[in-house]
This record gives sequence, structure tokens and C-alpha cells, in this order.
Amino acid sequence: MKVRAQVAMVLNLDKCIGCHTCSVTCKNVWTNREGVEYVWFNNVETKPGIGYPKDWENQKRWQGGWTRKKNGKIVPRQGSKWRILSKIFANPHLPEIDDFYEPYTFEYEWLQKAPELQAQPAAKPRSLLTGEVMEKIEWSGNWEDMLGGEFANRGQDSNFEGIEKEIYGEFEKTFMMYLPRLCEHCLNPTCLASCPSGAIYKRAEDGIVLIDQEKCRGWRMCVSGCPYKKIYYNWSTGKSEKCIFCYPRIETGQPTVCSETCVGRIRYLGVILYDADRIEAAASVENEKDLYPAQLDVFLDPHDPEVQAAARAEGIPDQWLEAARRSPIYKMAIEWKVAFPLHPEYRTLPMVWYVPPLSPIQSAHEAGKISALDGMPDVRSLRIPLRYLANLLTAGDEAPVATALERMLAMRSYMRAKSVEGRIDEKIPERVGLDSATIEEMYKIMALAAYEDRYVIPTAHRELDEDAYVLRGSAGFGLHEGTGGKSRTNLFGGAKSTPKKPYMDVPT
Amino acid sequence: MNDFINQLAFGWYPYLAVTVLIVGSILRFDADQYSWRSQSSQFLRRKQMIWGSNLFHLGVLVLFVGHFVGLLTPINVFDAAGIGHGVKQLGALIVGGIAGIAALVGASMLLHRRLFEPRVRQTSSIGDIAVLVLIWLQLVLGVATTYWTMQHLDGEEMVRFMGWANAIVTFDPEAPSLLSEVALIYKLHIILGLTLFLITPFTRLVHIWSAPVWFLMRPGYQIVRTLSSKKRTDGIYAASPNYGDTTTVARQKSETGQAGT
Repeated sequence: MKVRAQVAMVLNLDKCIGCHTCSVTCKNVWTNREGVEYVWFNNVETKPGIGYPKDWENQKRWQGGWTRKKNGKIVPRQGSKWRILSKIFANPHLPEIDDFYEPYTFEYEWLQKAPELQAQPAAKPRSLLTGEVMEKIEWSGNWEDMLGGEFANRGQDSNFEGIEKEIYGEFEKTFMMYLPRLCEHCLNPTCLASCPSGAIYKRAEDGIVLIDQEKCRGWRMCVSGCPYKKIYYNWSTGKSEKCIFCYPRIETGQPTVCSETCVGRIRYLGVILYDADRIEAAASVENEKDLYPAQLDVFLDPHDPEVQAAARAEGIPDQWLEAARRSPIYKMAIEWKVAFPLHPEYRTLPMVWYVPPLSPIQSAHEAGKISALDGMPDVRSLRIPLRYLANLLTAGDEAPVATALERMLAMRSYMRAKSVEGRIDEKIPERVGLDSATIEEMYKIMALAAYEDRYVIPTAHRELDEDAYVLRGSAGFGLHEGTGGKSRTNLFGGAKSTPKKPYMDVPT
Repeated sequence: MNDFINQLAFGWYPYLAVTVLIVGSILRFDADQYSWRSQSSQFLRRKQMIWGSNLFHLGVLVLFVGHFVGLLTPINVFDAAGIGHGVKQLGALIVGGIAGIAALVGASMLLHRRLFEPRVRQTSSIGDIAVLVLIWLQLVLGVATTYWTMQHLDGEEMVRFMGWANAIVTFDPEAPSLLSEVALIYKLHIILGLTLFLITPFTRLVHIWSAPVWFLMRPGYQIVRTLSSKKRTDGIYAASPNYGDTTTVARQKSETGQAGT
């Protein structure tokens, strides 16, 4: 047993209102620079839809994630090390920037500086790549917001597999949900495995996956390797970038920017202990539907004294073990089993998990026919097809998702009975395999969602790893100039930049 | 005057070019690794990239290895192995010719793309365009030499170039005189080749040094970085961090103002 700790995230999709506050705050903090105008470390997709970049879930096309060979070993789907190197001159699976979108700005300055004209001045869009006027914007960061566009397009969504999708194109049958996405900080990341330079690494102390910008040589294999398409190529600096899980904030015990600013309070951060020795076996199980339970087996029980002893032997501080015991992630993912990994079939063992959303029953007309116990409809009658959620979260296995939805419905019924009718109905939690104390706790964590219940983040103990005495004087006054996120032009060349045209605003 | 130019181009310039290549690359790697990258533009425009880049890179790799082995191996080695000069010349001509044409076709596609694809053109630095133009010219010169080479398939000229290259690496001052009589096109090819060496540290060409063959030797796929070099126990300060010195030495250095962190 090799115990490691990770700060993991759960997103409660049942409460996501699709406001994009997470995306916007993230962008303003991290990707508001030249070369990454098109980049959203965090984005919110409306599902069903083909997403960002287009069709990202179609791994037949992008070759992301892992594949299991006949001998039971896993290799990156884009190929073993030899095959990855053979594609280094031109990567056939690399998306083009148009698969995300061509970044643009508007001639805002023209609105202020235009002389008297016969017609109102208009702010034309200009490409942030070429500086030229774009006649028509064909696609952008969230083009499918609120089911924008035709069903023929969003019907290409890979999660419709095994579903008679045509009926969901009808207005009366249509459904939607939001899917906020960020880097999954996987236990078995394919981006990392595909990096020929060895620039990507996972941090042992908190599980955050980072790209060493000094070591990255821009071979671009991580972009195609990541099945979630959450590695972005910075065309200006020639390096790849990704979500850093706001590690400077996490280290000081603060939630990530996307979590902190979430108005729906849907995000949870907490410590998960896992056994690094079990990762390979868990990622290599034969049946894709077994990947979700296999990942659960990788996680360790923080209440188990043996696990605690092994964790201490690995140097995990007591404060982290306490955080692991109080972790909302552990409760939702392992104790209550209401949170699931996104696309476990990619075999990356992702660490950003999702609580599936409830949805209205299909129609009021049918409502009467459905057996409704204590106002709890059958989860199969909900508007979002169970199979769709299962394709998203459990490699198509409907049973765990159904149980989770039933538990969430039970929580509602129980609390409605308690607070409206003033009675404690022990039968409701029993039917879903819980007890009333658990339901009450679920209500506290998932419905009330107080700040301190959502974010249980122990601080990093750098003082144990660094000798502060030696480091004294190393911060503060220095002789280095600030670079503003760009490499300066010097004898050895600098970053690329967009040619500026008149009236072009500052990028992004 | 001709002698002086000959001495400058084939006696001194090689040392200048190779010195700048090596020292410049080391300085850049030391000072500014963030700028060390392949700077691929495939992400901005895929068109012409798959064929162009593969043909170009594979062709250039064959040419590079061919020139390296063909020029620097002492002629005695070939003689001892029983490979005649004519055979070696013919082999070099055929392999080099095929690789040269492949690389030239690839380079032409890449150059066309770089100059006429607005996205790539607009985001190109002067260096990006200059490098590609120079390499394209070098390939044209190299492919063109095959015409002159075919005039003397006995390998006489080739032996001269081998002698020159060997003389350069062994610091033999007679090196430039070996080339005084060869055709101008070879001379231009050599000068431009050395110039490419010279500009490498200042351009994206440095990515050649980083050819990631080490990837094949990486044990397994995953990489985990640990903060502390030694294990802690029970959350107590159990081990000192390691900065390459013992803590005592680091502290002494720090006190005397030598600690460079």
C-alpha cells in the first residue's frame, strides 16, 4: 500500500444553473493573455451538445485516453511510445484551433472615435490570430449555450450511444443539462504519459497535474492524449498549458477560483486518500463498466487506522488525515455514492467527479401513471434519459446512476415530510439503503452547502519541505523584471504576437 | 584575395559557426529555457502540415546523418571495409538524392504555407521565415550539386570533402587548401550549411537538440514529483530538505551571501 493524498473536486450538477461565472473568473485570472485567448481552463457546456472543442468525446477521432490491449496492459490510445514519437513531426490527431474557435475581439475603439457618419458606427470583429476583419463568426466558446443550434448538430453528442436519439429532437421531448468542465487531475493521466519531454507531472502531495513550462518543448502530444481535451497549446509561447487547480490558492487552504466564485454553490473540494499501487490494475480492468467500481477500490478509508498509519509513514501530515476524514468528496463519492467520475471508460481515473442532475418528469400527462411513492417518481421517468447520464458518468452502467438519483429524490421527500408535514419518515431512507442520519447529513452538505462544509482544504506544509532559513531574502526585492506572462524578446527570440490593427482592443 | 576568402570561409568560419552553435545553445538553455521549443504552427493550420512536415523532417534527418557519417568518418575506415570510393559516391548520391528531393518537396510545402497562409504568416517572426528560406535554399543547393557530382562518379571530389572535414576536426591548418579547386556550388552549400549552424542558437532550430529520444527509455508512463527529498514521519520535522549541500553548508553559504536560491 502506497498512500497518497489528492485534493479532489465534486460538482453537483443538480444545482448548476449554467451561469458561467466559474469560466469567466477563471479566464480573468489565468488565461487572459496572448496565445491563450481561445483557452478556457474551465468551461460550461450545455448538454446534449458536441462541446468544446467540437466533438471532444469522440475518441475514435481524437484518440485520447487509454486503450486496453489483448494482453491486459493499457497503452495510450494514440499509440505506445514509439508510435507517439513517429507522429512528432505532424500529429494527425491534433485538433486545429478552429475545433475550439478562432479568437476574436471587436473594434470597440471605433465606436468612440468614429467621426460623424450617415450610419451608426459598428464594431466589427477582428481575429486575434491575424488581426483581420472576420466577416462571420462561425463558432465560439459556448456556441451551443441553452441548446443553441439545430438538433442535427448537437445530436452528434457521443453520449447518445445506445439511445434512440431522434425523439429527443422533438420540442416536447427535449432535455438539457449543464456540464462544467475542467482538468480532471487524473490518477492515470494520458497527457502525462504522452509527453515526450517528461514535462508534465503529478504532484505527490496534493495530486495536482502540472506542466513544467521550462521543460515543455511543444511536441503537442499531450493535447491529443488528453481525452477531455483540457490541455491547450499556447500558439504564442509554443508551450502547452492546462488548469493548475489554482494550486497557489489550494496550498494556502483556499478553494480554486472556479469553486470560490460559484454562485450555485455546486463545487466541493476535499482530500481523498488513494493507494498508488492499485492505480495500474484499476485502470486495466477488462470491462469498461467495472472502471467506476475499480476506481472506488483505489480510494482508501481515512477512518481505517491501518490506512492512517501507512499514510503517516508516507509523510502525510495529520492535518491532511483529519481533512480526509471530514472530506465532502469522500462522503459523496464513496459513502453515499451520489458522485461519479466523468467518462471512466477513458481509463484515466479522473478526480473531478459529478453528482448527476435530477430533471422534471417527462410530462404531466404521464405523471399520473407513474408510481409515485411519497412524491418520488421513478427515476426512469425523468426527462434526462438515464442512459445518457450513464454514458457520461459510468461507461453506460445505469444502475449506480439510478441509485444516486433515487437517493437524491429520497433526500427531498424526507426533508419535505420533515419540514412541511412535520413527520420523520424512516421508510424513505430505508428504501434507498440509507438511514435518516445520513439523509440529514446529505441535506446539510448537498442542499445547505455551507462554505466550510464544501471546502475542507488542508494547507500545504512547505515549512516541512523547505528550509526557511536558507530561503530568507529570496522574495521581495529582486533584480528580475516582471514579464507579464510573456517571455521577453531578447537575443534568443521572444513570444509570437498578433499584429495589431487600428481600433483593435487589448486582446481578450 | 581568393586565398584569403578561401581561408576565411573554409578555415576559420567553420570554427566560428560550430563554436557559436555549441556555446550559444548552452547559454540559451541555461538562461532561457522557456524560449526553448519547437514552435509548431500545426495548431493554427493543419493544411500542408502532415505531408510537408513529415517529408521535410524525415528527409533532413537522413541528410543530416548521411553528411555526418559520410564526411567525418576517416576515408581509411571505408578503405579498410573494402568500400570503394566510387561505390560510396554512388550510394551517397542515391540516398542523398532521394532524401534531398523529399526534404525539398516538404520544405517547399512548408514555406508556401508559411508565406501564404495568413494565420501562419501573421504569427511568424522574422527568424521563423528566415530559417525556412535558408533551409529551402540549402536544399536547393544540395540537390543541385548532384548534377556536378555526376560528372565525377569516381568519388574524387567526395574524398576531398571528407579530407577537409577530417582536417577541420583535427585542427589541421591545411584544411581550406583542399577545397580551393572544387566547384562553386559545393562551396556555397558548405558556407550556407555553416551559416545554419551559426544561427541555430538564436532561432527555433534549437529544438533539434531536444529530440525526445529519452521518452523511449522512460520507465513506465507516469511521472510523480515529490516536494521533499526525504520522507517525513508523523508530521514532525524529520528530515532536512536537500539543496545539494548539507544544511550546515547551505546555512554557512547563506550567511556569507552565497546562497543562490
